[in-house]
Amino acid sequence: MAGSILASPTTSGAPRAAERVSPGAEAWRRFRRHRLALAGALILALIMLAVALGPFVWTVPINDIDFAAKLQRPSWSHPFGTDDLGQDLLARMLYGGRISIAVGLAAMVIAVVVGTFVGAIAGMSRGWVDAALMWLTDLFLSLPQLPLLLLIIYLFRDTLKSLVGTEAGMFILIVAVIGGFRWMPVARLVRAQFLSLREKEFVEAARALGATPTRQVVRHILPNSLGPVIVAGTIDVANAIIAESTLSFLGLGFPPDIPTWGRLLYDAKDHLDIAAHWALFPGTAIFLTVLSINYIGDGLRDALDPRKVM
Amino acid sequence: MGRYVLRRLLIAIPSLIGISIVLFTVLALAPGDPFEELATNPNVPAEVRANLRAQFGLDDPVTVRYVRWFGSMMNGDWGFSFASRIDVDQLILQRLPVTLFVIGSSQILALLIALPIGVYAATRPYSLFDQIANTFAFIGFSLPTFFTGILFILVFSIQLDWLPFVYRTDIAATGWRWWWEHGKQALMPVAVLGLFQGASWTRYVRSAVLDVIRLDYVTTARSKGLREIAVVVKHVVRNALIPVVTLVALQMPAIFGGAIVTEQIFRVPGIGSLLISAILANDTPVIMAVTFVFSCLVILFNLLADLLYGWLDPRISYH
Repeated sequence: MAGSILASPTTSGAPRAAERVSPGAEAWRRFRRHRLALAGALILALIMLAVALGPFVWTVPINDIDFAAKLQRPSWSHPFGTDDLGQDLLARMLYGGRISIAVGLAAMVIAVVVGTFVGAIAGMSRGWVDAALMWLTDLFLSLPQLPLLLLIIYLFRDTLKSLVGTEAGMFILIVAVIGGFRWMPVARLVRAQFLSLREKEFVEAARALGATPTRQVVRHILPNSLGPVIVAGTIDVANAIIAESTLSFLGLGFPPDIPTWGRLLYDAKDHLDIAAHWALFPGTAIFLTVLSINYIGDGLRDALDPRKVM
Repeated sequence: MGRYVLRRLLIAIPSLIGISIVLFTVLALAPGDPFEELATNPNVPAEVRANLRAQFGLDDPVTVRYVRWFGSMMNGDWGFSFASRIDVDQLILQRLPVTLFVIGSSQILALLIALPIGVYAATRPYSLFDQIANTFAFIGFSLPTFFTGILFILVFSIQLDWLPFVYRTDIAATGWRWWWEHGKQALMPVAVLGLFQGASWTRYVRSAVLDVIRLDYVTTARSKGLREIAVVVKHVVRNALIPVVTLVALQMPAIFGGAIVTEQIFRVPGIGSLLISAILANDTPVIMAVTFVFSCLVILFNLLADLLYGWLDPRISYH
C-alpha cells in the first residue's frame, strides 16, 4: 500500500525534475559531447596554468646571459634549449606566454563590447543611423589592418612609454589597437541577428504587450543573439594572439626584452639552420593555444546553437 | 541590378575618401621627420634644411597638405621616395605585380582546396572524410602564416634542400628553365598563404552547405528526381555561397596582412616587404602610397564581393 502511494509521485516527479535544466547546464552538457573542444579546454587550461604558475616553479631568470651555453639544444639544465645569448628559453616562454595570452583576452573584451554596442544600435534603428554605423563598420573593415597597426604602434609607442612605462604602455597600445580593429565582425554578426530576431513572433508578442525598445533588446533580442557573439569572442582571442605575435614577429611589437612568443620567433628566424628548437617551441606554443581556442569556439558553437540536435 | 551596382559604387567612393583621411591623419601625426638626418649633419646648414622642408611643403597646415596629397594621389603623382631616390609610383609599379601574383595564385589554390572539400564534407556530415577534413582545416587556420613559413623553410629548404627560401627576381635563365626556377621559388609563399586561406574557407563552405542542405526546397529538388550532383551544384551551392562570399570579403584585409608576413619571411620583393622597409626607414611617401594601394585593393575586392552577392541573391539587389 505505502509502496504504491510512494511510487506514483516518484515516477511522475522524476522526469519533470530532469527536464528542468538551466540553459547553462544544458550548454555544458552539449559542450562536453564535443570531445575535441573538451581536449582544447584542457590543453588551454594547462597552458594558462603553466604561464601563470610556471615562473614560480621554474625560477631561472629570463635575461641571464651566458655565452658559454649559447644556442644549446634542449637538455636537463635547459629543457627548451637556449638562444644566441645563452638565455633559458623555457623561462622566457613562460614569461612571454603570460603577455601573449593576456593581450588576447583583453583585446577580445574590447572587440566584443564595442562590436555588440555598435551592432545592437545599428540593428534596432532603421534609416540613417543604421546606414551610418554600417558605413563606419565597412570603413573599418576596408582599412588595411596590419599596415595601420604597425603605423599606430610606431607612432604612439614613445608617448605611451613615457606616460606609463615600457611594458604597460606597449600592452595598452597593442590591446587597444588590436581590439579597435577587431570589433567589426562582431558588430555585423549582432546586427544581422538583430535584424532577423526583431521580426520574430516572440519579439512581436513582446512589442504587442507594450515592451519598450530597451526591454525588447535587453530581455528578448540580446540574450538570443549572444550565442554567435560568444563564439566570435572566443575566436577573437585566438585572432588577437595571432595579431600580437605577427606584430612581434615583424619586429614591431613588444621590445626585445619582453619575450612574447612572436618576438622569440622573430629572434629565432635567422638561426633556423643551427637552432631549430628556438623557433619550434614558441611556434608550437602559439599553434597549440590558437588551436585549443578554436576548438573551444567550435564546441561552444555546437553547445549554444538551439537548432542543433544533440 | 544597375541601380544596385551604382549604389555600391557610390558607397565605395566615400569609403575611399574616409580611408584616405584616416591614413593621412595617422601619418601626419607620425614622429618620423625625413630631414632629421640632415639636422644632425654639421655639413648641412640650417637654411638648406628649412628650404628643403618648404620645397616639400612639410611646414604647411595639415588640411592643406591633405587636399594637396589627395589631389596628387588622384592624378597618379605619388611623390618621391626619400630612401630609394625614385618616384613612388614607379617603385610600387615595380613591386605590385609580384604581390598580385602571389596573392592571386594563393587565392586560386585556396579556392581549389576549399570548394570541393567543403562541399563533399558537408554532403557527408560526421563521416570519416568530414572529420579528417575538419581536423586539417582546424590545424590549417590555427597555424599562423609566420610559423607555417618557418616550418616550410625548415623542412623543404634546410632539411630536404629542395626549394630556395629567398625569392629572386633576377633569375639568370631563359625559357623552361626560368619557369621552373620561378615556380620553385614561388611554391612556398603561395602554399603558405593558400593553405591558410583554404583551411578557413573549407569550414565556411562546409557550414554554409550544411545549413542549406537540410532545407525543404532541397528535399523538393531531390523528390523531383534530380540527380544528387545537380541538386548540390545548382540548388545547394549557389545559396550556400552567399554567406561564404560575405565571410571571404570580410577576410580581405587579413589576406593582405598575411601577404605582408609571407613576403617578409621569404623576402619576396612585393609591396608588403616594401612597406616594412619603408616604416623602418621613415620613408613617409612610400608608407602612404602602399597603405593607400592596400586600401584600394580591399575596397575593390569588397565591391566585387557585393556584386557577386547581388547576383547570387537577387533579393538583395532589389530594394
